[in-house]
Amino acid sequence: MKFKTDTSPFFGSNSNVSRVMLQVILALIPGTLMMFYIYGWGILINVVVAIVFAVALETLALIIRKRPILPFLYDLSAIVTAWLLALSLPPLMPWWILLIGIFFAIIIAKHLYGGLGYNPFNPAMIGFAVLIVSFPFEMSQWIQNGQLGSTLPSLIESLNMVFSSVATPDWDAITMATPLDEVKTGLRAGTAYAEIAQQKQFSLTSWIYISVAFAIGGAWLLYKKIIHWQIPASMIGTLAIFSGIMYLYSPETFASPLLHIFGGATVLGAFFIATDPVSASTTPTGKLIYGASIGFFIYVIRVWGNYPDAIAFAVLIMNMAVPLIDYYTQPRVYGHRSSTLPSKKIEGKKS
Amino acid sequence: MTDTITVDDSLGEKIEGGTCAPEECKKIVMDGLWHNNPGLVQLLGLCPLLAVTGNFINGLGLGIATIITLTASNTIISFTRNWVRKEIRIPYYVLVIASIVTVIDLSMNAFSPELHSVLGIFIPLIVTNCVIIGRAEAFASRNKIPRAALDGFMMGLGFTLVLVALGGMREFIGNGTLFSDAAVMFGSQASNWTIRFFDNYQGLLLAILPPGAFLGMGFLIAMKNVVDKKLKK
Repeated sequence: MKFKTDTSPFFGSNSNVSRVMLQVILALIPGTLMMFYIYGWGILINVVVAIVFAVALETLALIIRKRPILPFLYDLSAIVTAWLLALSLPPLMPWWILLIGIFFAIIIAKHLYGGLGYNPFNPAMIGFAVLIVSFPFEMSQWIQNGQLGSTLPSLIESLNMVFSSVATPDWDAITMATPLDEVKTGLRAGTAYAEIAQQKQFSLTSWIYISVAFAIGGAWLLYKKIIHWQIPASMIGTLAIFSGIMYLYSPETFASPLLHIFGGATVLGAFFIATDPVSASTTPTGKLIYGASIGFFIYVIRVWGNYPDAIAFAVLIMNMAVPLIDYYTQPRVYGHRSSTLPSKKIEGKKS
Repeated sequence: MTDTITVDDSLGEKIEGGTCAPEECKKIVMDGLWHNNPGLVQLLGLCPLLAVTGNFINGLGLGIATIITLTASNTIISFTRNWVRKEIRIPYYVLVIASIVTVIDLSMNAFSPELHSVLGIFIPLIVTNCVIIGRAEAFASRNKIPRAALDGFMMGLGFTLVLVALGGMREFIGNGTLFSDAAVMFGSQASNWTIRFFDNYQGLLLAILPPGAFLGMGFLIAMKNVVDKKLKK
């Protein structure tokens, strides 16, 4: 009688790239809907237009690189990249700015490095960094949200604003700064933090709703084991610690941890952007170091830097450090005493 | 500021030769302009290359200064090659190059102060530009004067072409113009040389900022490699 012999691994999971990406897309839905509720059609138009551009450019890149098109499109990674980029941009972005951002994300940051899995940097954040460096004005124009009593532009009006090339709306009349921006300008002008928080324009509450909605999606990803707790926990934790210390030290001149955690894209970044499986650290200890460093850099860049938010730059800086972090934090191999660093192996060979 | 000097030059190995046989001349010219281009292949002198190429005219200005320095330093070093002891050659090269650059720096300050203020520190820094000391060591110290001078000129020209291409590219993408600030270099009659390509162009700020220099340089090298591949076929 013959027995069937299997080789390891004996436990497999049936996860693959497109399943993972599909879960991420599902997890993004609550946050996206909340942003839609607060900022109106501009968000949805951003997402849809970005996805259309991303799929078109991905197809183009695959044709030029002579790769199979459909299998790579089905992995949905281009859609996730576009979606994340669109969510981090102000609503009602002109279409050509979206196109430039998506071009840098998909073509330069992903395909020039060899496609999905070979990109050292987070593609969506490359796109964001290019846009914030190139178009600082457009990138700070968030429309007034519906919570503060102003009427949001209707679908047709929104489409007109996104696609018309000439008739630029009167931005000053319909836009406002994000809480982070507001606080930064206020603090630099010498206003006390508590005073800024009292202003009518200050929209921290609606950003708390958005952050909570993204956190629900993040919890779903944690439950599904798509992401691990280390990066979000260490990132938000470090940011809270640093902003907490500074706030206790001088509550007049530094913003409260509440603003830093809920006021910008921190939650979106912690659960969806910093956890990108390709460009993030992969070892358990490494993830803690990676997340904590991102939290630290977010605080430093937000407080002493010139740009309104800092998720993109913090993530990109730490993307560069990932190979080093992974190298020094390899876990102990089961059955061996200490970690097996490649350097030690080489030294052993020499002696 | 000093890059590592990689000497990869088959011509440098030949110690003596005729003044300049046509074939050798052609090789020197082609090496400088294309096959062994200092900017695209040797990747020497990247610091000024990336730093000043914010527009076409700045690139041209630094390029011309580099051509003059390279030609002069190669000529002088080739002329004195038999009298300089091997042990002290590097300090000697640096002294020669520094003297030439000082002359250029002061004359530029006298005749074209605007351009001098734009290029600023990068003129004195030509001294540390590795193309120049690299050519002195790899070529001029082993070849007769005409060949050394030709090599210096051609390497300088190749470097200038890269500077101008990168500067033009960044200016076009970043500002939508070409030849802006030409008056800085060519006097007031050149003030209307600026070509504006689009009426209502906002500009992609990224191209003017330092990351744009790195990206543009990457694309130039990639384009050269593509052309080389096509030529091989």
